Amino acid sequence: MRYTPHTPADKERMLQTIGLSRIEELIEHIPRSLREKAKISLPEGLTEVAVKRQMAALAAKNASAQDWSFFLGGGIYHHAIPSAVDAIISRSEFSTSYTPYQPEVSQGTLTAMYEFQTLICQLTGMEVANAGVYDGASAVAEAVLMARRLQDGRGRVFVSRALHPQYRSVIATYLKNLQGVELVEVPFTKSGATDAEFVAKALDDKAMCVVAGYPNFFGVIEDLVPLRAACDRSGALLATVTSEPLSLALLKPPGAYGADIAVGEGQSLGVPMTLGGPGFGFFAAQKKFVRSLPGRLVGETVDGEGRRGFVLTLSTREQHIRREKATSNICTSQSLCALAATVYMSMLGKNGMRRIAEVNAARAHRTKERLVKEAGLTPVFSGPFFNEFVLKASGWAGRRARFISDKMVPGISLSEWYPELEDSLLVCVTEMNEEEEIEKLVRNFQGR
Amino acid sequence: MSETSKDADGRRSSPLLIFEGGSPGRSGFFWPEEKGPIGLPPELLREEIAGFPEMGELEVLRHFTRLSHLNFSIESEFYPLGSCTMKYNPKVNEVVARLPGFSLIHPLAPPELLQGALELLHRLEGWLAEISGMDHVTLQPAAGAQGELTGLMVIRACLGERGNPRRKIIVPDTAHGTNPASSTLCGYEVIQVGSNKQGIIEAAAVEQVMDDSVAALMITNPNTLGVFEKNIQAIADVVHKRGGLVYLDGANLNALMGVAKPGDMGVDVLHINLHKTFSTPHGGGGPGAGPVGVKAFLGDYLPIPRIEKKDGAYELRSDFPKSVGRVRSFFGNFGILARAYTYMVSLGSDGLEEVSRMALLNANYVRKKLESAFQLASTEPCMHECVFTDRLQQKQGVSTLDIAKRLLDYGFHPPTIYFPLVVSGALMIEPTETETRETLDSFVEAMLAIADEAKGNPALVKSAPHTTPVGRLDEARAARRPVLRWETHRN
Repeated sequence: MRYTPHTPADKERMLQTIGLSRIEELIEHIPRSLREKAKISLPEGLTEVAVKRQMAALAAKNASAQDWSFFLGGGIYHHAIPSAVDAIISRSEFSTSYTPYQPEVSQGTLTAMYEFQTLICQLTGMEVANAGVYDGASAVAEAVLMARRLQDGRGRVFVSRALHPQYRSVIATYLKNLQGVELVEVPFTKSGATDAEFVAKALDDKAMCVVAGYPNFFGVIEDLVPLRAACDRSGALLATVTSEPLSLALLKPPGAYGADIAVGEGQSLGVPMTLGGPGFGFFAAQKKFVRSLPGRLVGETVDGEGRRGFVLTLSTREQHIRREKATSNICTSQSLCALAATVYMSMLGKNGMRRIAEVNAARAHRTKERLVKEAGLTPVFSGPFFNEFVLKASGWAGRRARFISDKMVPGISLSEWYPELEDSLLVCVTEMNEEEEIEKLVRNFQGR
Repeated sequence: MSETSKDADGRRSSPLLIFEGGSPGRSGFFWPEEKGPIGLPPELLREEIAGFPEMGELEVLRHFTRLSHLNFSIESEFYPLGSCTMKYNPKVNEVVARLPGFSLIHPLAPPELLQGALELLHRLEGWLAEISGMDHVTLQPAAGAQGELTGLMVIRACLGERGNPRRKIIVPDTAHGTNPASSTLCGYEVIQVGSNKQGIIEAAAVEQVMDDSVAALMITNPNTLGVFEKNIQAIADVVHKRGGLVYLDGANLNALMGVAKPGDMGVDVLHINLHKTFSTPHGGGGPGAGPVGVKAFLGDYLPIPRIEKKDGAYELRSDFPKSVGRVRSFFGNFGILARAYTYMVSLGSDGLEEVSRMALLNANYVRKKLESAFQLASTEPCMHECVFTDRLQQKQGVSTLDIAKRLLDYGFHPPTIYFPLVVSGALMIEPTETETRETLDSFVEAMLAIADEAKGNPALVKSAPHTTPVGRLDEARAARRPVLRWETHRN
C-alpha cells in the first residue's frame, strides 16, 4: 500500500518550485556516512487484501472471548459494550482529531471530556476529576506523586499487598529515583482485606499516604472506615484504587468514605480488553487538591458573546509551561478511551449501570457458591466481594488440559505473585459468562 | 427540550450537556434482571448515582454526533501541525485492530493462547529496531512522554550499576517540554544547552557544559526547527568521552526512514511516538504508544516483561534483575501497537522510505511558497517541517495567535504555535506526506491571503475566528475560577 498521493508530475512540479531536480537533493546535507547505512530491511509492502488476510491469520492464533469462556479479571474485564460506543469513537471527527489546544474547533472533544470528568466524579463520589491518564497503574503512581507534592516532609507510602501486584511494581518504578520516599508494604488478613490494625499501628507523622484497592486485587471490598480513621489520626492521605469501576455503580463510592484521592483503571467502562491496553486511568480527588492534580483538565468558560464553551485549563502545572518545574510529564489523556467510557456511561445511564453491576454480583456469588458446594473448592478469603473471588483449587493444574480443550480458562493463578497462595485461582464472573459456561466450569472442576 | 440552541443568525450553537437532556427512567441499554440475591450486605451499597444521565440510545447517539460536528479532524480538515504530526490514519488499521482475535483477548490468559499477539509484538520490536538502528526495543510505554521517562530510567539504572547514576541531563533550548519534565521526574537536574544562529547544536557548546556529573544529553533530530542536527556524531563523541549517554527524542523519526538511522548517529537510547511515524490515530489526545529502543549494552535494563521466542513459541519473561521494573500494567497499548504493525506490513521497506521522502518534499514545497510572505526562523535546509515567525506581521500588530485563529476561518487547523520556545512568535508547519499538492496550494493561498489581510485589514485578523462554533474563549476566566464539572446547583 501507499498513502502518499504524489504522481510523477506532482513530484516534478514541486521539485521545480523548490528549485531542485531530484528528491535525493533534499537530503544531501545529511552526512553521507549516515545515508549510506540507512536502507531499511523489512518485508515488501502488501495490498490491502493481503494485509487483511495476514493479520486475520495472526489474530486467529489468539484465544478470543468470542470463542472462549474466560473467567478472567485481575484488572481487565470482559463486559458487554453497546454497539453505539464503537460507532461514536469510530467517527473520524473524534478518532482523528488533535489534542484540543485550539478550543474553537475542538468543542466536541472538550465537551465530551468535561462530561467525562463529571461522570467520574459522580461514579466515585469525588469532587474533581481529570480527563484521564495512561492506565490504572500509572494513575496510582501519579496519585503517590501527588501525595508527595501535598505532604512535604512526609516520605512513607503505605501500599497494601492486596493491591494489584503490577500496580505495586509500577509505583516502585516511579518512586525508585526520587529522594526521601520509602515504600511500606501492608499485609492482608484472612478476609483478604488490607490489615487495618497494622495500618493503625504503623502510621505516624512520617506517613504520606495509604494506598488500598477498592475492591482490591482479590476482589475483596475493603472496609475503608478504619483506614480513613488511621489516616485522620496521622495526617496521611487515603488513596483508593479501583480496577473494576463497574462495581462503583453498586458499592458506596470512595468519596462516601472520605477518600482524598480515588484512582483506577477505566477499561471496564466500554473499552474492549485488547490484551490489557489501551484502556485509561481515571483520577479523582477532593476539590482542595485541584491545583495539584496531574494530567489534563477541561474547564468551563465563555466566549466574547457569552456562549458557554470549554477549554483545557490549569495547564501551568504542566510541561507546556514550566518545563523542568513541571509536576508531571504526562502528555496524553487516553482521550478516545475516555470518550468510549463517556458514551458507555451515558448509554447505560443511572439504571443500566446499576442493573449490570447487580447482574455481575449476583452471578459471581452464585458461581462461587456452586464451586464451593458442588465442586468442593475452598474459599481462600472471607471478605465481601463484587464479581471476582479467590478459591483454592488443589490439583487444578492436572486438569488444565481439559479446561483448555473445552476452550475455557477458569481463572488466574496467583502463585506467581503470592507464593503463599499456591493452587489458588482468582475467578471472575461477569454478565458475559452465560449459564452454560458456568455449568461447564462447575463440571470441569468436579472432574466429570 | 432541544439538544442545541441556535443563535438568531442560526450559525452557531452551544450544545447542551449530556446531563441536561434525557428523562428519569430512560436508558439506552437493555439487560434482563438476574434472578436470585446479589449476595452483598446492604450497608456496603450506595444510593443511585446522583446526576447520572438517563437517555435512550438514539438520544445518546445524536448528542455525541452533534458534538463531533464541532471538531476539526484529519478526515475533514488539513492539519499542518509541526512536531505533532497529524497524518492520515488508514482505515485498514482500524479494521484489523477490531478483529476479535486482537480486541477480545485477555492479558492474563496463558501465553499459549496469545501466540498471535506475542508474535506481533515480537516482530514489531524487531522492525522498530531495524528502522531506528537500535538493538532492543520495549513496547511497554503508553505514550511518548512515558517512553522518555522509561528511557531515562534505563540510563539511570545503567549508570547506577556502573557506580554512579550522576546528577544532570543536558537538554537543548529547542527541546520538547516533556524532555525537562521527564528528567526531573527521573530525579535529574536539567541544564540547558543553546543552539546556534542556524538553530542547531554545536559540539563545542556541549563540550562546555559536559562534565562527569552529566548522565545524558537529550537531543531531538531532526530538531524542533525541522533542521537536521548535522553535528550529532561529534556531539555524541563529546558526551561518550566523559562517560555520558545520548538520548534521542524520536518524535521526528518520520523524517528519517531510509534517510539516516539514529543508531548510526551515536545514539544509545531513543523513544518513538508511534502516531507520528506509523499512522496511529491521535484520538483527541491519546491513546498513544512510546516504544523505547536501546543499544545492546542497555538491553538488561529495559522494563519487564520481555517477549522471547523459544523452541518456536513466544514467551513472556520477567527474570531480568537489572530491569527498571514495570512502567505500566500488562503489555503496553496493544491496540495501538497492532495498528502501527498493520501500517508497517502494508507499506514495507520501500513504502516507509517513500513516506519520509514525501514528507520532506511537502515541507520544502510549503516553505518555498511561503518564504516571501513570512519570515523563516532558520535558513538551514529543512526536513519534514519548517518554522516561520510573525515578525513581518507584527509591524501591523498581528501576532502568531491571530494568524492561527484566522486560519480557522479558512478551514485549516493552525500550525503549532509559539514552539519551539527559542523562536519568537513561532509558526511551525508540518504538512506530512499524505497531503496532495492541491491541498498544500490551498493552504498556502490562505496563508498568503492572511498576510495580505494583516497589511490591509489587521482588525479582521485580530478578531478571528469568525466562523467557528464558538469565538475566542476566555481562558483566563477558566483558570482563575475553575469549573471542572457539571452540577445541578451552583453557588
